[in-house]
Amino acid sequence: MKFISSIAGLLLTASVSFIPAAWAQTEVQWWHAMGGVNGERVDKIAADFNASQSEYKVVPVYKGNYTETVTAAIAAFRAKSHPHIVQVFEVGTATMMAAKGAVYPVEQVMNDSGESFDKSDFLPAVISYYQTSDGELLSMPFNSSTPVLWYNADALKKAGVAVPITWAEMKSASEKLLASGMDCGFSFGWQSWVMIENYSAWHDIEIGTKENGFTGFDTELRINNPHVKRILGQVADWSKSGLFKYGGRRGDSLSMFTNGECAMWMNSSAYYGSIKSQAKFEYGQSMLPLDTEAASERQNSVIGGATLWVLRGHEQEEYKGVAKFMTYLSSPEVQAWWHQETGYVPITKSAYELSKSQGFYASNPGTDTAIQQLNLNQPTPNSRGLRFGNFVQIRDVINEEMEAIWNGSKSASDAMDASVSRGNQLLRKFERANR
Amino acid sequence: MKRNQFNSSPLAYLLIAPQIIITFVFFIWPAGQALYQSFLVEDAFGLGSEFVWFENFIYLAEDEYYRDSFGRTAFFSLMVAFTSMSFALVLAGFAERATRGVLAYRTLLIWPYAVAPVLAGALWVFMFDPSLGIVTYFLKLFGIDWNYKLNGNQAMALVIMVAAWKQIAYNFLFFLAGIHAIPRSMIEAAAIDGSGPIRRFWTIIFPLISPITFFLLVINTVYAFFDTFGIIHVMTQGGPANATEILVYKVYNDGFVGLDLGGSAAQSVILMVIVIFLTGIQFRFVEKKVEYK
Repeated sequence: MKFISSIAGLLLTASVSFIPAAWAQTEVQWWHAMGGVNGERVDKIAADFNASQSEYKVVPVYKGNYTETVTAAIAAFRAKSHPHIVQVFEVGTATMMAAKGAVYPVEQVMNDSGESFDKSDFLPAVISYYQTSDGELLSMPFNSSTPVLWYNADALKKAGVAVPITWAEMKSASEKLLASGMDCGFSFGWQSWVMIENYSAWHDIEIGTKENGFTGFDTELRINNPHVKRILGQVADWSKSGLFKYGGRRGDSLSMFTNGECAMWMNSSAYYGSIKSQAKFEYGQSMLPLDTEAASERQNSVIGGATLWVLRGHEQEEYKGVAKFMTYLSSPEVQAWWHQETGYVPITKSAYELSKSQGFYASNPGTDTAIQQLNLNQPTPNSRGLRFGNFVQIRDVINEEMEAIWNGSKSASDAMDASVSRGNQLLRKFERANR
Repeated sequence: MKRNQFNSSPLAYLLIAPQIIITFVFFIWPAGQALYQSFLVEDAFGLGSEFVWFENFIYLAEDEYYRDSFGRTAFFSLMVAFTSMSFALVLAGFAERATRGVLAYRTLLIWPYAVAPVLAGALWVFMFDPSLGIVTYFLKLFGIDWNYKLNGNQAMALVIMVAAWKQIAYNFLFFLAGIHAIPRSMIEAAAIDGSGPIRRFWTIIFPLISPITFFLLVINTVYAFFDTFGIIHVMTQGGPANATEILVYKVYNDGFVGLDLGGSAAQSVILMVIVIFLTGIQFRFVEKKVEYK
């Protein structure tokens, strides 16, 4: 009953909070999931755009976390009171893409509105995640990040080790760190994203068939390959002696890094702001370690974060406003500002160049690690991202199975085999629902 | 035959209409929707849907993780009911015997009930956090390695503790009222016969409040089934490795996070059946006022 009444409540709030425009100015509703300081930055972007012209008014509305925002937008779409723009996280891409009647591809929005749009200026690693296999851009990248290796420079110095470049060095560095009195060598967060998805892309290993799901819904997971099993098995071994310590899902393990318990931490570059305000030691970021047994060279890492999707069902005139806003949002000035404030990567080359010429990277060393990782090589079918339906649930499955590895109840091999068979079931379910 | 019946005037219908409408709009209609939805396989946006009869239910029946969740929910509910009722009974027994400061004592005991589940969860998370928690620190002094984010049994123990703690106040009130309702003369007579307080409690008070105990058992089970969502959402999100994923959390997770509306609706229909069953038990046994003879 609780479930039912919350659906009813959801529909109700969705319809109440959307008040159609009645002004001469055309209103564009933008639902987003940026709380706190980033929410204020989103408000500033909208306010600046509104001040820059008088025809359109963008109204940003905070709708809770990523999942809540998607759910709210979908409920609103079913009730025909949806916003023009909604922010959706990267794992929701397949769900959005499959909803062909609901989604207005952003490239079409731009073309239909006669807005000039230079796709070549966008960073390939960023937009490749959100393109169809024919290269049409479906949604506008907004906040994108990638996992990096954060390190406690003071601790490394005390232990007398350099920042690790390979996984073998991760181990030896952690051993020396423990010997120097640290509690743990390293930890990581968002484990499916960092240790499975990015590990695979970084070493050019397939995550799933059909080009990681890009070319069809009849895709199957391949994360039970020997390399993934081996690295996770090693990490599990290391956890016995404290070289690695598990600290929970998402960013829960951040405190273990910032309170000096673990000397290294693999997670999103967008934790820059949090680490800057919490860490009482010299810190830095560098590239993810290379597993020399899996590949001889690094490929490129994949992004996380969210993009802006345009929903159908409004007046064509209003979409002109959407297009104008998208142009403003991706302009070098706005992007460079957003990137430098938040630690998210700039989505265009010109925004990157602008940040460089403003001297941001020179005065904040290491802040370009994320963008360098993404730009390292032209993305391959294995490294341009992934597109699996029901992936929110699949990530949960992977989280559960990985936790079973860390607490010793399953071997890495069994856990990954289970992840694949459970994940494939969810993929089949998605395929069935979107036939 | 004379029919004993009131003349049905339109006014009568008009007067009960608001109640009927509210019941229909907020209970019958959504419940019907959930039932209908549970027979569908549908994409998130509702652009295309297919009527599949019982396929969603068959999928659940074959899903070993769903079956595990059933067993886990039963264990969780019984543990919550047992823990919180035993503590409440002990406290009520003492409160009954208190002679001074009774009001302050009772008021303090009722406080936890006023704390929202989410806040209760957040409070305990602070105390039991594996790297920052104060309790974790003390446990470490005793050589206990506390990490509920990794250890499923610890996570389960923690959510049971919090869920039970929150419900103690409610149970306490009922037990206290029940003990108050027992005629003093009975207890006094036993006292004159020479039985001590503990013996009096077990042979007189406990049997006499058994209808209340049974009522609370049903209420607590229902509470543990449905109202503990907030606690689990804040503390463990069903983890680690599913260790605390009870049925109601799975409904939320599959429906609102996973956007699998058909499967989630099927699960809520099953939950609905469980509630109907529990309510049935309650009406059958409790409302009939089964009394100790």
